[in-house]
Amino acid sequence: MLQVKDLHVTVDGKEILKGLTLTINAGEVHAIMGPNGAGKSTLSAVIAGKDGYEVTHGSVTFEGQDVLEMEIEERAQAGLLLGFQYPVEIPGVKNIYLLKSALNAQRVARGEAEMPAPEFMKLVKEKLGFMKMDASFLQRAVNEGFSGGEKKRNEILQMLVLQPKLAMLDEIDSGLDIDAMKVVADGVNSLRAEERAILLVTHYQRLLDYIVPDKVHVLVDGRIVKSGDAELAKELEANGYEGIEESAA
Amino acid sequence: MSDTQTFLDTLKARSQQRGVEPTWIAARRQAGAARFEAMGFPTRRDEEWKYTDVRTIAQGNFALAETADFSQAQAAALTLPLDAYRLTFVDGVFSAALSDLEALPSSVQVMPLSKALSDNHEAVGGPLGRLTGVDFSPFAALNTAFMEEGAVVRIAPGTVVEKPILLQFLSRAGAPVMSHPRILVEAAGRSEATLIEHYIGEADAANFTNVVAELMLDRGAILNHYKLQEAPLGDLHVASIHVEQGRDSRYSSYNLNLGGALVRNDLISDLNGQGAETNFYGLFFGQGRQHVDNHTKVNHNAPLTFSNENYKGILDDRAHGVFNGKVYVKRDSQKIEGFQSNQNLLLSDRAHIDAKPELEIYADDVKCSHGTTTGQLDEDAIYALRTRGIDKATARGLLTLAFAGEVLEQVALDVIAERVELAVAGKLPERFNLAGLVEAAAALND
Repeated sequence: MLQVKDLHVTVDGKEILKGLTLTINAGEVHAIMGPNGAGKSTLSAVIAGKDGYEVTHGSVTFEGQDVLEMEIEERAQAGLLLGFQYPVEIPGVKNIYLLKSALNAQRVARGEAEMPAPEFMKLVKEKLGFMKMDASFLQRAVNEGFSGGEKKRNEILQMLVLQPKLAMLDEIDSGLDIDAMKVVADGVNSLRAEERAILLVTHYQRLLDYIVPDKVHVLVDGRIVKSGDAELAKELEANGYEGIEESAA
Repeated sequence: MSDTQTFLDTLKARSQQRGVEPTWIAARRQAGAARFEAMGFPTRRDEEWKYTDVRTIAQGNFALAETADFSQAQAAALTLPLDAYRLTFVDGVFSAALSDLEALPSSVQVMPLSKALSDNHEAVGGPLGRLTGVDFSPFAALNTAFMEEGAVVRIAPGTVVEKPILLQFLSRAGAPVMSHPRILVEAAGRSEATLIEHYIGEADAANFTNVVAELMLDRGAILNHYKLQEAPLGDLHVASIHVEQGRDSRYSSYNLNLGGALVRNDLISDLNGQGAETNFYGLFFGQGRQHVDNHTKVNHNAPLTFSNENYKGILDDRAHGVFNGKVYVKRDSQKIEGFQSNQNLLLSDRAHIDAKPELEIYADDVKCSHGTTTGQLDEDAIYALRTRGIDKATARGLLTLAFAGEVLEQVALDVIAERVELAVAGKLPERFNLAGLVEAAAALND
């Protein structure tokens, strides 16, 4: 589904990713772990298309399409969706507007008709219930005045409504208490499906107790230095990143 | 001077047509005409008109409409879908056929100005011209010279008027005409009402409306005043609104400007009694070469008075906006609070805003703030929306609507809030058009 090959990325002239290679297949849940500054967030930002990242070498393909040549919205319409570590507050834009325009943009891009309002409402209400969110939330502005936990739930709600092919979740666990994390993890787990892949970017192993990954990659200094299964995450929790860095060196 | 003469000639011709009037009315007219002749139309050398060129008005040749003919069906399509007591004016001429005062309680009087004048009604004798004198501006003087029609509203003490009072001004296409409506409202002690002025018309109209409103709020009165200006894009619109507020009264203005080629609003509140509160909410949206000028002034003439002002402008293409907001605190008006905010959004490089907030304070124990900002859309927010599959143009439209939404949230009448929201979204350039989305989202609330 997603192929990242020998990706080199610089930000303000400084090289952050130094030859990252990663393949994610449909049905898989991958976790990328690593110390601060290793380039974890850079990877997802580049795939989503954020400004300020210069790809100097390598490629990113998604279902055979060259992601780096696509507009930001085209990537999302194709099914590549990023959940932000720090969701942006958008004063005045109601959640309902965002959800509806995003869903319909995706459908129109796929050549489908817009979803009729009653069907849309039913879908949103069901997903809201799943995320234990109140309906009044739909009339609130996107992330404005939300607590950290509400912002993260909102990111997952968007995923549940938009049903991406590849969901990339950047530090979705940061700032969550245990109850909020369970709700978020339930949301993510509900996305697991044969035809879908999930990429979790996280600093802590704790999240992976609730969302058990198929593959774990350790990112150090712009490269994946070790890959394994869920056990690797536990190992990291016990021994930290230092041992990995040494063995990689 | 010749500009002035055209208007004076029209006035003279009108006076000859008109029958004999009570002396006091004739005297007011003469005073208005004399003052207008002496002042002439303002030019950009006048501080109050520095950013607004009124030559399109001054050099125009406007007749006075003779009839109020307008098809019922067409009027119905333009009328706000509200259960309201309604007076309709077509090019300034009262239309009984398009008005509806059924079931108006006896504690409320609503009548066309023409009736009040011909009856020499006590409602006009004293109050008319008390707040807006002929010296206020050449336009106020001109209005006084020409005034024939408009609305007189009197609300008895303690009366809560359940339905809004809607004054509807329709502008017809055809040879340009002018009208000088005068609105008088006396809200007695502890009364409560909603007044709506609605300006709208046929798309090809190019008329000149010069309205003066004088609103008097007695002790504890509450008045919500909506001015929904959706005049045709060729219309010229000048409005002077004076509000006088007694003790513990509360006035809220919702000044929503979407239409007109040239628009100038002067809104002034005099807070004369302790506990009086005034709220000015404004939204102006300009595109093409529209020019929209809002001058506001709050006079804190008594201690313990409160004002809150939030004006937002959205300007696209080569539109020009003006915001000039003054907060004046009279000597020793202590413990007042005066807040003012003006934010403007420029959607095009050639759109232009002149923003001038002013504070003039002659008391030392006050809480006042003012500020104005002008900017473009937030790029981070556009990015965040695009990562959800929303194209750049729609993202910009959503954010524009959001900007307007901050004022519209204050609008308690949903019909008006949704209409303006739809107008702002629908009137954005084609690529921003979100009208369908707004409608769909509104349907979800049902």
